[in-house]
Amino acid sequence: MRAMAQSSTPGNKVPNSMSQVRITVRYTFLDYFRSRRFAILLGIMLLISAILTIVVAHYRPASFLGSPLAFYSGWWGMSATFVVVLSGIFFGGDAISGEFQNKTGYFTLPNPIRRSSVYIGKWLSAFIASTIILFIFTAITVANETYYFGLNIPWQFGESFLFAWFYLIAVLGFTFFFSSVFKSTSYSILVTAILFLFAFTLIETLVAALAQIEPWFILTYGSEIIGNVLTSPYPAHITKISGAFGRGGAAAPTFTSFNVTVPEGLAIIAGYFIVTAVLGLVLFERKEFN
Amino acid sequence: MTNPSLEAVNLSKVYGSFTALANLNLKIEGAKCVGFLGPNGAGKTTTLKIFTDLIRASSGEALINGINVHTHKKAALASVGTVIETPEIYPSLTPREALGMVAELRGVPHAERRKRIEDVVTEVQMLDWIDKRVGKFSKGMKQRIDVASALLNDPRIVLLDEPTTGLDPRGMSEVRGIVKSLKNKDRLIFMSSHILSEVSDVCDEVAMIDHGKLLVYDTLHNVTAKFAGGENIVDVGLTRPLQAGVIDGSVAKLPGVASVEKLDDKRLRIHCSGGLDVQEKILTELVGINIGVVSFTPTSSALEESYLNLIKDTL
Repeated sequence: MRAMAQSSTPGNKVPNSMSQVRITVRYTFLDYFRSRRFAILLGIMLLISAILTIVVAHYRPASFLGSPLAFYSGWWGMSATFVVVLSGIFFGGDAISGEFQNKTGYFTLPNPIRRSSVYIGKWLSAFIASTIILFIFTAITVANETYYFGLNIPWQFGESFLFAWFYLIAVLGFTFFFSSVFKSTSYSILVTAILFLFAFTLIETLVAALAQIEPWFILTYGSEIIGNVLTSPYPAHITKISGAFGRGGAAAPTFTSFNVTVPEGLAIIAGYFIVTAVLGLVLFERKEFN
Repeated sequence: MTNPSLEAVNLSKVYGSFTALANLNLKIEGAKCVGFLGPNGAGKTTTLKIFTDLIRASSGEALINGINVHTHKKAALASVGTVIETPEIYPSLTPREALGMVAELRGVPHAERRKRIEDVVTEVQMLDWIDKRVGKFSKGMKQRIDVASALLNDPRIVLLDEPTTGLDPRGMSEVRGIVKSLKNKDRLIFMSSHILSEVSDVCDEVAMIDHGKLLVYDTLHNVTAKFAGGENIVDVGLTRPLQAGVIDGSVAKLPGVASVEKLDDKRLRIHCSGGLDVQEKILTELVGINIGVVSFTPTSSALEESYLNLIKDTL
């Protein structure tokens, strides 16, 4: 390193990294609104809510209307993770890869700003936008429950909401990581969508059913605490089910099903967030604009 | 205030078996405009990308005002404006918003921001579009906004990678005008280009690079004098047709003139030996013999000849 002279233009003082993160958040958020990305996801979430509202109002399923907890378990437990994953794909899928493919990185990064500030700023924008979507979905859920039961929110729902929020953090960490891996926006979005919507669930099922191993290394397994906490009592961690008959007098096969415990689920979610956030950041720092 | 400077110290960039830059050593210091020339794949854009930390050097250092760009990016780029390739702006934003973001990131004071943005947008002739979304802009219009963004914080150093690419002739001329005006404001401009006439027109010095190696770095006049058969070429415009015998009788005999071509009745091309001092004497003499001189323009031909000689030698 040669002599370290301060070289900013007279009158200009380059803001500190925290301020630059805030600036990035503000303009990324503006881009979300202007590009209708936020509006489209909001529309999808409202459509899901409308379908649920109509189906429950029309068919009045007993599994939903038995108690407030059963209502939240049926409504929120089934759809909250889907809303979270959609938010992750919408706001995180191309957040970093887009800087390379669309060449917007050539506009932003040759400025006196650390890449980590851009990464964190974009992550926070995605987190805030997704949180707004999750809050609106929560409000619609509570409004429906209030219509049937009066305002009677079980404490388990508060817990479930917090878990969904933590899960959102991990999903965004993961989608940003994959967005840093690829330079193509379509690859990063597609891979993320396939993993969350199909692959993780498939691997989880195969590992648990065939290898009879608890799939503690799969993020979607950890996310099951969101629905499980709305079940009373909380499902048993391990359940072994023996088959009725074995072939040719052999011992009957035993099936094992796993239910993630709350501490385990939180650990999986936290682990995924920490690992993918660090890896994503390191990848973005090292990636070159060729 | 110290002189602005750019320095490449043993700068190398290797992609697998391909060497894009090989131990580039180049120091540019002071307020001037330096043209960075070389064929496609020579290493020009690679060099500029290393200087903006868009890519990392395999070895060596890129220093701006003595500060390592990779290890101290914020300090190094604090007073640098750049246009590398054709940066895309978030299509949903307007130039005012996109430039607002850059101005904030670079620390342009809040009170000056609005005026500064309008000034630079006016400078690139885009004021009518300042509140329209960038997504609807042509490539040339985006390039103008990119140039505007490079000027936002009144930088002491400007790095331009083929800044007139994608612009129409009027846009090219305007960008050249902007670069020339920056020279008058004590700025260091380092500009890659394929357009030799552009470099001749606006640059004081040239650096030529090929296969990742620096071939020459010197003043435009020294380079052309040394590598264009020792000659510089000047086009002379006249107000009236030349009388018979004037070329051979007077012009060709002036000190420093190697040969004279008659391009048409009102234009001459003079091949001369030596640099600016010789050209100044020739101009004085031409005015003295009263042939109606209205323009005296060094042409890019000498630079082109130098370029072809140097690049040919490396093949």
